[in-house]
Amino acid sequence: MPLLEMKNITHRFEGLCAVANFNFQLTQGELVGIIGPNGAGKTTVFNLITGVYRATEGSIFFNGDELVGKTPHQITKMGVARTFQNIRLFKELTVLDNVRTAYFGEATYSPLEALLHMGRYRREETKITERALELLSVFQLDNAASELAKNLPYGLQRKLEIARALATNPQLLLLDEPAAGMNPNEIKQLMDFIGWIRKTFRLTIILIEHQMRLVMGICERLVVLDFGATIAQGLPAEIKSNPKVLEAYLGEEAAK
Amino acid sequence: MADFYKNILERWQNISTHRFFWPVFFAAGLAFSIVASAFDILDLYLQLILIYVGINIILTVSLNLVNGYMGEFSIGHAGFMAIGAYTASLLTVNVFPAGALNYLFPLAIIAGGVAASVIGLIVAIPSFKTRGDYLAIVTLAFGMIVKSGLENIEVIGGPRGFLGMSKLTTLPWVFFWTVLSVWIIRNLVYSKFGRGVLSIREDEIASDLMSVNTRQVKIIAFVVSSFFAGVAGGLFAHALQFINPRMFDIIKSTDILIMVYLGGIASIAGSIIGAVIYTILLEILRPLGIWRMVLMPLMLVLLMIYRPRGIMGMREARFFVPLRDLLAAKLWKQKNKEAPDASA
Repeated sequence: MPLLEMKNITHRFEGLCAVANFNFQLTQGELVGIIGPNGAGKTTVFNLITGVYRATEGSIFFNGDELVGKTPHQITKMGVARTFQNIRLFKELTVLDNVRTAYFGEATYSPLEALLHMGRYRREETKITERALELLSVFQLDNAASELAKNLPYGLQRKLEIARALATNPQLLLLDEPAAGMNPNEIKQLMDFIGWIRKTFRLTIILIEHQMRLVMGICERLVVLDFGATIAQGLPAEIKSNPKVLEAYLGEEAAK
Repeated sequence: MADFYKNILERWQNISTHRFFWPVFFAAGLAFSIVASAFDILDLYLQLILIYVGINIILTVSLNLVNGYMGEFSIGHAGFMAIGAYTASLLTVNVFPAGALNYLFPLAIIAGGVAASVIGLIVAIPSFKTRGDYLAIVTLAFGMIVKSGLENIEVIGGPRGFLGMSKLTTLPWVFFWTVLSVWIIRNLVYSKFGRGVLSIREDEIASDLMSVNTRQVKIIAFVVSSFFAGVAGGLFAHALQFINPRMFDIIKSTDILIMVYLGGIASIAGSIIGAVIYTILLEILRPLGIWRMVLMPLMLVLLMIYRPRGIMGMREARFFVPLRDLLAAKLWKQKNKEAPDASA
């Protein structure tokens, strides 16, 4: 059974068709890249999987469970986590609290126990705090635990965002342009980093990226979107020479 | 000399973060307030001011939960207060037997809080879909509905108001409710729901995607906030022994907003400071008469220009932070320093 299966997904924004009849399958453990020109509908696909948008048509199965119609936090609890194209950390919260926030779904204590700081509250908060710090130390962010997230340098903010996503204990991680704003040297480091978290946390990863160097370097399979439709799928090497892809990126004239 | 003050500050921090600090502070305060009101140590005028300070602290801390921590802009806080005030007053005047009023007073206050929180639940529902300016208008409209609703119910006096309450709000009761509301809201803030509230302010979509049940969190924030506004209303009604709908209009809501932003958003210590300063300043400036109402808004204008986040904006006094949160990073660092030594 595929880990994630998107069947005939179509999404329209008042007439504009952002994703058209999109089909996609993902096996456990894969690292797949989604590429395409600006406005091709890549981020929309992520928003559909995570429940930010509700697909107009079609269905999405994760481990056999239907995702369409579920709220984002329910989907996150089922094991899908993501990062954002433009970093969306909780800027005025500390690094530690950014990560601890993501344990919301896991902590089971009730509002009443929270109001009185009694019962399961103490035990679970201690556990959450410790696990958050452990996770931060894996990312070498534990020394910055009490810093405000907005005061971290850009690269560390990206890292923290991934750490926060991993705190929800996902099976599937969606990375939305993780290399945005990075120089070639940093991209090299990011490639190693993604490979490393994939192995350490046993993740299946979907990656949206513009940086061809990154995509070609680490993805095992690519999906190319243009105007909301899949125009090509396959191994990175095949995609590189696919005339349809060249056309989408460079224009009809140049592709000839 | 600097060392001397540093020493005192350090000692204070040690005391204030001790786990017996809160119980001892609570017991001592309660004992003092009982003695002070029983033996006339403080004159009645001073007691009344302290009662208003307490009520305003409750109002400010509870509004801060929605406006400061959650980052919504609620302008209807006086509406919740009105519901609490009328509910509690109706109970003590018309329902409870006169002989047992002293014992049943807490029940009336709780009932006022519950009534207000039920309405708070209803106001929370539009907050699922709207936020920012639009939600502000919803709460503004809610305040108007409450005020004109009360004006049109003849049974409770309509625009003439409602009276007949005994003076049940005493200093010890105000102290008890003030500490309780501060403690509970502080507890809420330092829990997963509190982090949920904060993350909604920071980025609602990201919050939802990090497994925060944003609807549940919003309901909790609105319900707790309006509950304590109702409690404050009940205390207010039994301190003044007379209420009318005009007391709970937009001006009253604005007063609470001023205290929140004066003290600082997202800070419990700030709310207390804001409420104390504002209440006492209003009393001190009383001789100025009508000019007082020019001076206070002017202060708000200056505050917004020079210190838009208020006195304590986004910062918290240490003794409101639970030890776990205060020491988490520090303990972790210590543990890590020891670890390499152990392995070597």
